[in-house]
Amino acid sequence: MSENPQLNADGSLRHLLTIDGLPRSLLMKILDTAEGFVAVNDQEVRKVPLLRGKAIFNLFFEPSTRTRTTFEIAAKRLSADVINLNIGASSQSKGETLLDTVDNLSAMQADMFVVRHAQSGAAHMIARHVAPHIHVVNAGDGRHAHPTQGLLDMFTIRRFKGEFHHLCVAIVGDVLHSRVARSQIHALTTLGVPEVRVIAPKTLLPVGIAQMGVQVFHDMEAGLKGVDVVIILRLQNERMRGARLPSPQEYFRYYGLTPQKLACAKPDAIVMHPGPMNRGVEIDSAVADGSQSVILPQVTYGIAVRMAVMSMLAGN
Amino acid sequence: MTLPDPDVLIHQLADRIRPSLSAETVLVGMHTGGLWAAECMHPLLDAGMPHGSLDISFYRDDFEEKGLHDQIRPTHLPFEVEGRDILLVDDVLYTGRSVRAAMNALFDYGRPSRIRLAVLIDRLGDRQLPIAADYIGAGLRVPSGKHIHLVRAADGELQLKLVDVE
Repeated sequence: MSENPQLNADGSLRHLLTIDGLPRSLLMKILDTAEGFVAVNDQEVRKVPLLRGKAIFNLFFEPSTRTRTTFEIAAKRLSADVINLNIGASSQSKGETLLDTVDNLSAMQADMFVVRHAQSGAAHMIARHVAPHIHVVNAGDGRHAHPTQGLLDMFTIRRFKGEFHHLCVAIVGDVLHSRVARSQIHALTTLGVPEVRVIAPKTLLPVGIAQMGVQVFHDMEAGLKGVDVVIILRLQNERMRGARLPSPQEYFRYYGLTPQKLACAKPDAIVMHPGPMNRGVEIDSAVADGSQSVILPQVTYGIAVRMAVMSMLAGN
Repeated sequence: MTLPDPDVLIHQLADRIRPSLSAETVLVGMHTGGLWAAECMHPLLDAGMPHGSLDISFYRDDFEEKGLHDQIRPTHLPFEVEGRDILLVDDVLYTGRSVRAAMNALFDYGRPSRIRLAVLIDRLGDRQLPIAADYIGAGLRVPSGKHIHLVRAADGELQLKLVDVE
């Protein structure tokens, strides 16, 4: 039994739960495999027969449009049967209930679960519980991880910027509550990006963030200076009610990405956002819709990356 | 066992294929050995002919046993497949399963008017599907437990190799 619950004894990927702890070679293999699936999405028939006859259950305990839809499209383009379940969080407050749901769906001959849950560790719990032939993909758990988002961001960076070893990447915004940021930081450092920065007010940074191998900035102009890639995080409106931030307007003034602030980055820097965007809060429309934005290609590449992950898991 | 020189086979194949080319013919090499052979054949046939590469990993029939192929290379077909006369090139025709997968893959890009198959080596007596090549460099009987394939040196020189099946 391998120490990492995501890996088989031979080092191949059995589940995708977090990028943390995955070797660089495996991340590169996922990205290379995804390149092959980009070509599939250009075919006249945008479908390959790899997962014919497999049943993939999208278990979404939290609302999602982009992630759920791209997982669904990815599974369908692999010829799998996709079953979408949107389960209200209220009916799923106990761990036993979650595993009961999983057992019932397993009895319906599920081959893979794609899980989103507000509770950190939910996908791990399911992965530990399921039979050996069933695979689990974490589509976002609490504040913990969102590995396919991290991977599609790496894929987008590689597509636009080439190799990782000479890049400077800045992640801006609510790192504290962001599972996306954690997955991105793990991926960027594993892939050998020499300089990863986070830019945020102190109240939106987790304690000990510097131990993840990032440089911390509180000032946008200083943090964005000379970067190749700017990743803007969504400011979650529900966080506004607390004492962490004065107001969306004030947040925008200091941390919203405007053309003026973006001018501090390299002239050919790309701007990314995992969506959904709050225009006028964390990002100015002129930037979101501007020539440096690769926000929509991120969504498109998300399909190829999820196809790569699902086909690799199903074959291992 | 002495193996033929792939360069000689490629020249012989090109000489036989050349009279049959039309304006609709395109060259498609199957990753990886077939692509190397097609790249060598291309200037010998018609340097202006459209050509591309095909990776069959997503169409293989052994996914259940072996999983996804270890190395996926993007398929690159920079032309319309619909209505074209496709000359498919592979290094070795063995069970016929790769060619079956290649034809399925091509049809997901469009409906070709014709597909012809050219191979450097036809491994005789080991076919598992009703598939035959239109152009054959050489027919060989290879002992079971052996695998024959094309390798390319750093200087681009091609060589056929016989290796033990793992």
